[in-house]
Amino acid sequence: MVDKTLKTCKEAVAGVFDGATILLGGFGDPGLPGQILEALRLQGAKNLTVVHNGSGGGTHALGGLIHDGKVRKLIASFPSNPGNVSFQEKYLKGEIELELVPQGTLAERIRAAGAGLGGFFTPTGAGTDLAAGKETRVLDGREMVFEKALHADFAFVRAYRGDRLGNLNYRMAMRNFNVPMATAAKFVVAEIDELVPVGGIGPEDVHTQGIFVDHVVEVVRHPEYLKITTEGR
Amino acid sequence: MSLTREGIAYRVASELPDGSYVNLGIGIPTLVSSFIGPNKEVFFHSENGILGMGPLAQPGHEDPDLINAGKQYVTLLPGASVFDHPTSFSMIRGGHVDYAVLGALEVAANGDLANWRTPGEKVPGVGGAMDLAFGVRKVIVTMTHITNKGKPKILSKCTLPLTAPRCVTHIFTDMAVIDVTPEGLLLREVAPGLDPKTVQSHTEAPLRVSPNCKEMNVPANFHAAQAAR
Repeated sequence: MVDKTLKTCKEAVAGVFDGATILLGGFGDPGLPGQILEALRLQGAKNLTVVHNGSGGGTHALGGLIHDGKVRKLIASFPSNPGNVSFQEKYLKGEIELELVPQGTLAERIRAAGAGLGGFFTPTGAGTDLAAGKETRVLDGREMVFEKALHADFAFVRAYRGDRLGNLNYRMAMRNFNVPMATAAKFVVAEIDELVPVGGIGPEDVHTQGIFVDHVVEVVRHPEYLKITTEGR
Repeated sequence: MSLTREGIAYRVASELPDGSYVNLGIGIPTLVSSFIGPNKEVFFHSENGILGMGPLAQPGHEDPDLINAGKQYVTLLPGASVFDHPTSFSMIRGGHVDYAVLGALEVAANGDLANWRTPGEKVPGVGGAMDLAFGVRKVIVTMTHITNKGKPKILSKCTLPLTAPRCVTHIFTDMAVIDVTPEGLLLREVAPGLDPKTVQSHTEAPLRVSPNCKEMNVPANFHAAQAAR
């Protein structure tokens, strides 16, 4: 019988090696696998390349990983939020590399990797500083920039419900980068709020299909959160 | 006289047609949603994966999984949908979103937009600004007409790094409504009490004055004694 469930976040990050590239889902808190990140911080792998929309607030989760000096390079669209003190401190000291990517291009580079494409041409950024040095072509009369697919060794995502087959369902604005990221890494683990029996997520409500997912780990959220989401269902 | 920030937002809101799909940036643009009257349906898009976004959540009723692109807790209206980033940016880059309402640091007479890198900024961030500027059909800029040091922001040529070339279609400020046309900037409306000459004196790029140029129709409580900040 297939069983992709893990008991702990520690198991989820056990294989992460020095120098690995990690796709990290979430936009703000919705969809951020915060408990896996805390486990990764304790696991100790370093020289990581992390792909995430932002750079993590404060000194917990991604902010903590950066604070501890575990991240060599960040690939992000909006690392400049004033609260992201850990990243700012390292960046200004020259201790972390930044690859800045427009948000839609970042999402599509990840999607392309998962879809088996080498890259794509996009109008976004043509003629700006962020297209400097990149191949361009005029297609249908419009200048387009070539952007490469963005593959990774690991993807850590968070979903609302999951089953032992790795099927995932997200609620509200949790889907964000998690859906493409779950398709684009060699090893994919989802932090989920609730493990449900097979069939517990209706076929029309599976947003990430089990074929993409290696493991799920159930993390019980704060009771206050569960109250709100149950009422809002 | 000029307009308050709310006054600018009010005027933009009255410009958006019934049935339009609109993405609002951070700052003055965020205020626009409060001024859509009950007589039209405007659908607000948030790039983190929401179409049909409603007002900010009331305290005590926040849903931890439902935020807007500015990380504020929001609500959904009936008929709303949620989706992933590739879908959200298909809407933006694919030209399906009708209007982006964005803040700006500088706008040039040809529609060039600079709004992603501020002078002296240490950590760069672009977010969805470039995708919106390149992809959305009409780009409305809302901003104060001049900087807080009194310098014009509407220029013959931008001095800051561009977000996108030739993308801005309309400019709404505390002093004026200006259209970007192939023949240059067209002054369409002036704030109550201002005349075209005064607006031009605060604008570095040359303005043509529309033969139909009129005063902006904005309620008196949104008129400011000083330039909006």
